[in-house]
Parts: sequence; C-alpha cells; structure tokens
Amino acid sequence: MIERDEQQAGMRHASDPRGEILPPPVRRIRVDGPPTVALPPQAEAVIDGDGLSATTMPGAGTMPARPQRGVAGRERMSLKTLSVFYGDNEAVKGVSLSIREGEVLALIGPSGCGKTTLLRTLNRLTELTPSARRAGVIRIDGTDVDDIEVTALRRRVSMVFQQPNPFPMSIFDNVAYALREQGAKRPSKKVLEPYVIEALGRAGLLDEVKDKLDHPALRLSGGQQQRLCIARALAAGPEVLLMDEPCSALDPKSTAVIEDLIVELRSSLAVVIVTHNLQQAYRVGDHVAFMYLGDLVEYGPTEQVFSAPKAERTRDYVRGSFG
Amino acid sequence: MATSTPPALPPLRPAGGAPPARKRRANESVSTWRWTDRIGYVLMWGAGLLVCAIGLSIVVYMMFRGLQYLRPSLIFSHPQAGLDQSKTGGFLDPLLGTILLTVLGITIAVPIAIGAATWIVEYGRPTWLARLVDSGIEIIAGTPDIVIALFGLVLFQQGIFGWMSFTAQGGAVFGRSFLTAGCMMSLIAMPMVFAATREGLQAIPGHVREASYALGKTKAATIRRVLLPSVKANISTGAALGMGRIAGDTAIVVVLLGATLTLDPEGGVPGLKVLKGTGGTLTSFVYNNSPAGEGNAPQKAYAAAFVLLLIVVALNFAVDLIARSGAKTGLETSRLGAK
Repeated sequence: MIERDEQQAGMRHASDPRGEILPPPVRRIRVDGPPTVALPPQAEAVIDGDGLSATTMPGAGTMPARPQRGVAGRERMSLKTLSVFYGDNEAVKGVSLSIREGEVLALIGPSGCGKTTLLRTLNRLTELTPSARRAGVIRIDGTDVDDIEVTALRRRVSMVFQQPNPFPMSIFDNVAYALREQGAKRPSKKVLEPYVIEALGRAGLLDEVKDKLDHPALRLSGGQQQRLCIARALAAGPEVLLMDEPCSALDPKSTAVIEDLIVELRSSLAVVIVTHNLQQAYRVGDHVAFMYLGDLVEYGPTEQVFSAPKAERTRDYVRGSFG
Repeated sequence: MATSTPPALPPLRPAGGAPPARKRRANESVSTWRWTDRIGYVLMWGAGLLVCAIGLSIVVYMMFRGLQYLRPSLIFSHPQAGLDQSKTGGFLDPLLGTILLTVLGITIAVPIAIGAATWIVEYGRPTWLARLVDSGIEIIAGTPDIVIALFGLVLFQQGIFGWMSFTAQGGAVFGRSFLTAGCMMSLIAMPMVFAATREGLQAIPGHVREASYALGKTKAATIRRVLLPSVKANISTGAALGMGRIAGDTAIVVVLLGATLTLDPEGGVPGLKVLKGTGGTLTSFVYNNSPAGEGNAPQKAYAAAFVLLLIVVALNFAVDLIARSGAKTGLETSRLGAK
C-alpha cells in the first residue's frame, strides 16, 4: 500500500508537463543506504513468489507511513573489475558493483556508455556477440557465472528487452515457454497452468488476459506485450531480473504501469534496470549507477546521486548538461 | 503561382519537386509532371494491364477450350492406346501421376530446404561453407530442368540405385521411376522453399532470439519452438510455389518418369511398386496429345491442360491465402516484424 502511494506520486510526476526538468531534490525523507534500513526480519521471508507479496508484505502494515524505498537484502550478484571488449574497443572498464535482493539498481548514462553491455554481461548474453570478450569476475551467490551452465544461469538471471518481443504464439504458450523443456519431459498444459497464471499475476496482466490465454500474444497492446515479456521472464523463476530500457517503446501510461510493477517486483527479486530516462531512474531506482564512456562514475543511493552527486560528470548529466 | 485558397499555407514540398497544386486540394495532377514522367506513367499502366490481359486470356482461353472438351469421364477413366479417339480413355493416370510426383518431390524438398535455410541463417559458420551452400542453391535454381533430368538419369542408372527403379536381367538399371523423378523434382522445388524459409528467418529480429536465450533456452530449442513456428507461413508459401513448379514441369517427367500413358508398377511390394514404376503426368499427357506429340488428340490435350492449369492456379491461390493468414497472425503486422 505504501508502495502504491509512492508510485502514484511518481505517476503524477510523469504526467506533469514540467516533468522534463529534473525531479526536485527535496524528496521524501528516507533512510539512506541499504545496511542502515532497519527492517522487520520477516521481510526476507516474504520472498515466496506470490504475486501480491509487495502489497501484502507482513511488515508493510507495521512500517511507518513514510515513503519507503526498497529493502535491500543480501547481495545476489557482485561484479569485480568487470571489463567488456568488443574487438579492441573497451565498452565497460573495470566496473565493480553489487546487486542486492529487494532493491532496484538503475543504470544510467548517455548512449554508448556501456550500460546495456554491462547488463547483458550479467547473464552472459554478450557471449552471443562473437567479438565480445570479458575480463573480471561476476559472481552470483558467490559462484562465478562462468562455472554455471549458461542456460541455468539465464534462468536465474532473466531479462526483459527494450522492444516488447513476445513470441508469435498464444499468451499461454509465451509464458509456458519459459517453463517447458527444462526437464527431460514436456510437462502438460494442466501442470503448467498454475505457474503461468502465477507469473501473469505477478506481472499484473492476469486480469486483462485471463479469458483469452489462447489468443495470439502479438494481438496485445505494446504495454501488455511488455508485461507479458515480464511475466515470461518471471515464469523462469529468476533471482535477478534484468531490464533493458523496458519502457522506452511504450506510452507514458503503460510506462507508469510497468514502473509500478517493477517497484512491486523488487520485494522478491533483485532488479537491474537500464534507463535513459532519469525520471524513471529516480522513480524506481533504489541505487543508481552512473556510467560514462564505459567507466562507472558514480554509484550510490538514488537520492544522493540525484541531489548530491559526488562527481562533476554526474552532476552535469543529472542536470541535463550532456547525454 | 501559389495562390492557394482557404488553407492559407501551401503544402510543403521538397525543393525541386512539383509546384504546389492549385485550386482544389486534390491529388497532384499528371498535368504538372514532366513529359518523361508522363510517358513512364502511361507505360507502367500499360505494362500492368498487359500482364493482366495475358494472364486472363490464357485462363479464359484454356477454360473455354477445356470446358468444351472436359467430361467427368475423362478424369475418371484410364488412358488406353487406340486408333479411335473415342476409345483412348481419359487421363486418370496422368492426374494421379501429377499428384503423386508433386507430393513426392515436395516431401523430399521441404526438410532439406528448411534444414539448409536454418543452418545458413542461424549458424552459417564457417563463412566459406555458408557461401558454398548459397551458391549450391543458386546453381540448382539456375540449372535448366532438362539438365537436371539428364543428370538424374545418369545418377540413378548407377547400380547402387537399382532398388529405386526397374533393373533388367543383365543388371542394367533403368533409372526411370516415380522415386527417381521425385528426387530430381525436389531440386526444382527446393530453391523456392529454401528462399522463403531463409527470408522468413532473416526477418525475425535478433532480439526475439535473445529473448529466448535469456530464458535459458538452447539454440536448438529456440529454433524448434520459436523460429521455425514463426516462419510456418513462409515455408508453406515456398512449398506451394514449389509444388506449382513440380506440377508444371515436363522435362523431368519425360526423361526420368518415362512419360508413359499409364502408371506401370514395378515389382511386387504394394505401394513401393507404384513408386518404383514409371508413369506420366498431366504435362507429359498434354505434350503427347498435342499436335506435336504422337497421340495428336488436341481435345484431350486441352482438357488435361485445363485441369493442370486449375491445379497450378489453385496452388497460387493457396500461396496468397497462406501469406494473408500469415500477415494476420504472424510477425508481419506486429512490431516484431519491423526490422
């Protein structure tokens, strides 16, 4: 409920014609930094994959009615001096970051700064590019991602793309696709149904499509398609959800819906979102990482990066001087 | 010049283009065009109408002649040799031959074409091999069917292909049968299925594949569950076009199928004996009965030609239908289709 209020505030902001300028630095008071957030211990236990977990969080009712950002849990992924090269071109230069459960990490920066590359490295999608090479270590729960079979890794670290890209099959099959073929035997539709319903519910799409699960997914609107892609990504049961500018092809209303969704999802997942939209980074991000020409220039709590950036570059960027 | 009425602003036009239209905001008028453009315009209309006229006149003439001579009995009776035209029967065997050969050819062509197209689009490494495959297909597509037929005859007369056709007492392999003709016919259809499949696969944007990989799917699963189902319409279109080509081919029928009047089964195994035997198709029947052939029964040639034309036109309509239904449910109209 708290999350919802906050989101509505965000939506108002999005529809504000003056939204072009930077969000006001005087935002709600919040307790900074993940480790300092005093949280009811149940919060960890809430991660049950329930679509409603964000709103029915046991702790939620007892929490003070003040704007509350994500609740940083344990570290899920860590990047140590990660560099990515395309041929001789170093797209990401020695970035170290940590991705925590229960919060949204927003990657911002001008075009070509390596944020999408960084994101795609996390589930080893860059390996599809023949010229890409990687140095440094990425760990998920302490295990090097190179030691995990790549399909298993990608089920744990799922991804949503910039373009809504449902497969040309029914809505049901789109979501079920993520579940099928993981075992030796193809599970039947009946077995899959509860999982599909759950994933659609978590993606907030169930009410709109529950009577037409067998319709072609490509008939849905752009925003619905993107939520379907999120449902599909969630169906795989990921621990980390990567989002590459998930709203850039959508209208403001669909964007607001998806942002709402992201905020809800973070209670059970670690979310990393790449965005060009500073407002969006501000609205959904708990931590913000600002990248410039492959360097990680600044990383910190959203509030701090926007209101009191440490680096000159960050200050210029968040004020719109470049990028 | 630009004395435009009510809507005060003259329509914006690129510099150097035609001047703004006067008076009514109607469509641009040809009268403002350069002479060369006008001539080109008329020629284009002419060319379009000419194509329509040619197509229509073939169909109408064949329909006129065909319906004049076509009797149901012709379709349902076996052809027979005879001097009296009233006793030479119909063209049931050639009709069955056409259907059998078409099905056989396309059955062989489709899996090979899909396999090759998928390999070239989804794998295509090493590059030199991909180029080789590409030229291979181009060569097959460009080879005249009579050359393919001759090559097939030489090939299938080898001893190891003896099981495919009639083998004489001395061990000489005849090389002519539905099986051998079907194999060579598949080469006629394959380039079409290949091209259609490849085009479809190439039109699928990379992020669709990545979406599948990002769900932890293997490349094989992606191809089988996402990519190939997406190009079903393309494959069907290519297959229908290829079937039209097979149904209309004559050279391979004459050289490799024997172009006999009736289906002549070979050997004793049911089913296989027809495939091992020789036969004819509507095309060879038309040829034989045309004034150029030995039958010289033009009426029957017209009737058979009309049936053949119906088959081919029906296949073309099928192509259209498939393409349209593909556009409705497939990728073409979605944002996915936008490259």
